[in-house]
Amino acid sequence: MTTLDFSRFGTSVAVDEREGYEGYLVSADKLVEFATALRDEYGYDYLSSVTGVDYIAEEKFEVVYHAYKTIGGAELVFKVQVARDKAEVPSLIDIYPGADFQEREAWDLLGIKFTGHPDLRRILLWEGFEGHPLRKDWQEAYYEEDIKPFKSRWPKAEYTRAEAQNPYGANVKYPDQFDPEKWVPEGEDALYGSLAKYETTDESGLKTDHLTVNLGPQHPSTHGVFRIAATLDGETIMNLKPVMGYLHRNHEKIGERNTYLQNMPFTDRLDYLSSLSNNFGYALAVEKLLNIEVPERAEYIRVIMAELTRIQNHLFAIGMFLNDLGAFFTPSLYAIEERELVLDIFEMVTGSRMMCNYFRFGGLARDLPAGSLQKIKDLVFDRLPRKTDEMDRFLSENEILRSRTVGQGYLSTEDAIKYASAGPVLRASGVPYDIRRAAPYSIYDRFDFNVAVRYNGDIYDRYIIRLDEIRESIKILQQAVEQIPEGEIQTGKPRYQMKVPAGEAYGRVEGPKGELGFYLVSDGKGNPYRYHVRAPSFINLTAFGPMCKGLKIADVVAVLGSIDIVLGETDR
Amino acid sequence: METKGLNSPGYEIPDDVKGAVAITTIDRIYNWGRRSSVWPLMFGLACCAIEMIATAAGRYDFSRFGMEVMRPSPRQADLMLVSGTVTKKMAPTIVRLYNQMPEPKYVVAMGACASGGGPFKEGYNVVSGVDKLIPVDVYIPGCPPTPQALINGLIKLQEKIDGQHWKDTRWYREGDLAAIPIPMLGPDLIYQEQIPAIKEASKEA
Ligand code: SF4
Repeated sequence: MTTLDFSRFGTSVAVDEREGYEGYLVSADKLVEFATALRDEYGYDYLSSVTGVDYIAEEKFEVVYHAYKTIGGAELVFKVQVARDKAEVPSLIDIYPGADFQEREAWDLLGIKFTGHPDLRRILLWEGFEGHPLRKDWQEAYYEEDIKPFKSRWPKAEYTRAEAQNPYGANVKYPDQFDPEKWVPEGEDALYGSLAKYETTDESGLKTDHLTVNLGPQHPSTHGVFRIAATLDGETIMNLKPVMGYLHRNHEKIGERNTYLQNMPFTDRLDYLSSLSNNFGYALAVEKLLNIEVPERAEYIRVIMAELTRIQNHLFAIGMFLNDLGAFFTPSLYAIEERELVLDIFEMVTGSRMMCNYFRFGGLARDLPAGSLQKIKDLVFDRLPRKTDEMDRFLSENEILRSRTVGQGYLSTEDAIKYASAGPVLRASGVPYDIRRAAPYSIYDRFDFNVAVRYNGDIYDRYIIRLDEIRESIKILQQAVEQIPEGEIQTGKPRYQMKVPAGEAYGRVEGPKGELGFYLVSDGKGNPYRYHVRAPSFINLTAFGPMCKGLKIADVVAVLGSIDIVLGETDR
Repeated sequence: METKGLNSPGYEIPDDVKGAVAITTIDRIYNWGRRSSVWPLMFGLACCAIEMIATAAGRYDFSRFGMEVMRPSPRQADLMLVSGTVTKKMAPTIVRLYNQMPEPKYVVAMGACASGGGPFKEGYNVVSGVDKLIPVDVYIPGCPPTPQALINGLIKLQEKIDGQHWKDTRWYREGDLAAIPIPMLGPDLIYQEQIPAIKEASKEA
């Protein structure tokens, strides 16, 4: 890690000297000043991740920030510690607007107040929910023990249904003295209150109220259970807020009860279109903690699988995006046809089409079966390049597609960085930032490929950049399948349970949707003490509202399609 | 017209009108029509929805069973394919959608999550299966069920429809069908029918 000179802050900024930790500890009162200097003087213009950790034994909350330079290089970690009973940290939203949703999430799940945040509402749960679930002393309705394996199931194996143990026979729990008849649901008021009310009066004195419209959570174009609340002037968007959490499946709480390996299949279900990239990120983070190497052959297989994942994700994204534009299902049928071929390879290699659960710490679950490499070669040397060109030919010059997308949903370079957009969204706005190049992991430094970048920042560029990226991935694959050596696929003996040295680690990969990061804190046991996912689908939505302002309501759908979100990852 | 599935056995149909005339029962013709055009609600909850889309696409193609007409509006749908994890935050919406569907309506729970909570069952925001909210006709195991498994489940649903009798289906009974009470989002999910029990518990505490 690079050492920087922060002596001007005196004792307010200190190097984090705990065993296994890195970065700087900043005192809360100097945080804003520190962050401003970081952005303006030290060049860390991109705040990628904000999250909190509950150190209950020390009566402290810690907020952890990861910042980068968009010109590349290593990350800078800085942290703020506050007392648990007075959990207030100044918000960084004015310096890094990309912190918006992440601070809200930390408030929602951990109950850390970010002073100065203009809209600090719950984001994944609903207003009125009791408690902050990621606090270590908060227990869910089906709580059994703090960590797995639960004694009832292993080694004793006397499993009773969780419903039988809960007084209501359902996964619910109410505070003491709760009277349901006196309950006043207020859930939506805060949301509508946060959408500024507009009332205009024209020359004749006629007053116009603006309409608030909801799209979703059940809507054909929201790619799942996602909701958009917008105020309209006629058909024009005045203000728009995404509402999520309808698929909040409590990854992080469950992940902190699980053992390290048990989390691997859960990562599959984050961005369920690209399970192998998720495996990759998580494996990298744990390997950092364990400090183990991965054998050559396994590295190659990892790269091959990750790039195939990117291709099928982008194919699906393009198909669904065209759905949103009104080309209902025909382009998707073409895209899904190719995707199925990639899924066949996944099934052959990992045993599952979608939920691959294939990576292990220090290697892989199994080697490539006979014949699979040939299948991959056929795909990447012949079929996929051809079909990508075909897609391009059919779609890219289409009159309707162009007129719906060129110049629409504009995101400037500065805004893309400011809002911490990642992946294709960032690169379509002219920032050639790709973690595979900016901070290479695994063996990406060996391959010859270009970072796809486009400069207009509109919907069209966000569409076409995905085709570019498919082509670059094919390039990487062509090199990887030729170079792959024989050998081991696992360092040491595969273990299902292990003690992980205490410390923290942040593993990040360039997933198909952008930077996917896993922040882990270990306390030396067999379960992660803190398990946080930096989800690109979630953070990319920060720019969604600003991008839509001034557009017509029909274009919102196109903008959303061009961001390419997956709700499993957005809501986790 | 294909009358094979329609004819009641034991009746001779003259050769010259074969294919044009069928002798059948009310039940059979109702069920035949119903099972051949089950329109699903276009409703994807989570990962399983991706396999549902794959099933709708060219390779597996469930339009072979008359099910390709996905309707985004519950008012036009016959089948709610619950494809994914049911969360508490989503629960009121799901019940509302179900109530808005006209009879006859069917529910298929696709995958482990919709059937019983699945891998996320212990989660604080997860409902342990959609049958905690609405009645389910067919459960399909798997995480996610493969397209083949989904099609198998849908065929099971067709078999169920085949066996229905107009006399005892709920939508031909007299009187209004009661809508399912919509759960509320309180400090936790509040099921309407549990309100007395919750009140009781609060007194004891
Ligand atoms: S059953 Fe499995 S695949 Fe289906 S929604 Fe649940 S976790 Fe996802």
